[in-house]
Amino acid sequence: MNPPLFAFEHVSLELGGRRVLDDVTAEIPDDGVTCLVGASGSGKSTLLRLCNRLEVPTSGVVRFRGRDVASLDPLRHRRQVGMVFQRPTPFPGSVRENLLVARPDATDDVLRAALERAALPAAFLDRVADDLSGGEAQRMCVARTLVTEPEVLLMDEPTSALDPVATAELEALARQLAADGVRIVWVSHDPEQVARIADHRLVVDAGRVRVG
Amino acid sequence: MAEGAIGWGGLAASLLLVVVAVGLSAWRRLGLEATMLWACARALGQLLVVGWALAALIDDDAPVALAWAWVVGMVVFSAITVRRRTPEVPGAFTLALVATGVSATLSLGVVFGLDVYDAVPRAIIPIAGMMVGNSIGGTVTASRRVIGELADNRDEVEARLSLGLPWPEASRRFVRSALRTALTSQIESTKAVGLVFLPGAMTGMILAGADPVDAVLVQAAVMFLILGCVATNAVIVGLGLTRRLFTDDHRLRPLARAQS
Repeated sequence: MNPPLFAFEHVSLELGGRRVLDDVTAEIPDDGVTCLVGASGSGKSTLLRLCNRLEVPTSGVVRFRGRDVASLDPLRHRRQVGMVFQRPTPFPGSVRENLLVARPDATDDVLRAALERAALPAAFLDRVADDLSGGEAQRMCVARTLVTEPEVLLMDEPTSALDPVATAELEALARQLAADGVRIVWVSHDPEQVARIADHRLVVDAGRVRVG
Repeated sequence: MAEGAIGWGGLAASLLLVVVAVGLSAWRRLGLEATMLWACARALGQLLVVGWALAALIDDDAPVALAWAWVVGMVVFSAITVRRRTPEVPGAFTLALVATGVSATLSLGVVFGLDVYDAVPRAIIPIAGMMVGNSIGGTVTASRRVIGELADNRDEVEARLSLGLPWPEASRRFVRSALRTALTSQIESTKAVGLVFLPGAMTGMILAGADPVDAVLVQAAVMFLILGCVATNAVIVGLGLTRRLFTDDHRLRPLARAQS
């Protein structure tokens, strides 16, 4: 039997003297879209950040396909496990310059392909990243992450700053990427959104996790 | 009395301006009278103590080693000052000590190694004092700005880290911006010197009766050394602090902002 995508084994995490996660033991399956659901401040974003080692547990072990994340090269791991943040984070410069940050030797063909996977036209390469709308900027961030050819995409409430149309487009994009074989771990506090996109769900409540 | 010296009478006369300031504070009920009087008394006391100590240190018969020991004391005290002014900066004392130590060694090495001045106590102590003293502001600003930039832009830094970039690349843009801010004040002062204000060393020499051209040459050398010293300090502190703000596995640590 294949190991899960991520396994949390008795994981606890304290930040600033507060216990954000409390003895979490849970698994994220290695397929489709998994949603981490919970109220604001429940610890779901922290759980996500453990997956690409932006946080490390105070105690316990986080495993990626059976291997302790602490034993992996963090930079290589983060290219394998990309992340899209709650608010779009365009870097200064053009969309091309943004994408080249992820892979400086990428050709324009590679960059165009990444944009197309993120449902953006190739002509966007020369647009100024700061001039994009919220939805476009978030999809550009997805494209920027796709340039590293990740096997997993972590998405931390990526539609919280988007209008309904842009939200629907990003949800469709996530489903398409999942169909293409990219594992998606999506944090959301919106049960309707979870119903639309999730293959699996984990409920995070006051630092504890249960299968939803 | 040496030419340019004002004597105790002149000092007492200058205190009339303090009386004016105290009077204005009392008139407008600012409540600063006691603070101003205490500040003036403390400054006078400190300067007198330093003056007497300097008189012994820069005596022609005093050993040069004592002057260098005084410089070491200045470097340590400047690091203590930086730590006191930047409690939010992790390891501020060590960083400032290393940075000021390196920049003072480099700049004093240039001054005395290349015979810009003779390495006598009368030159060592005031020149080191100007360099170390001016470096404090740049060090404090660089430290605060590095933390401020990284805290304000945590999302963007972490987005870069999440693309697999190592911490030096993820933080470069923000550290550069912080250092630019820290150095701008000194660069502007260097550009404005002579046009907007006459700096201390030059003013002091002219008041003491020196040829203005000689005073200008001394001042120019001092300004260049201060600029070099402040820049070296800011860069060492900026880079050293940035390293401390990231873990070995390229995570940005939680950051405390400066209380302004």
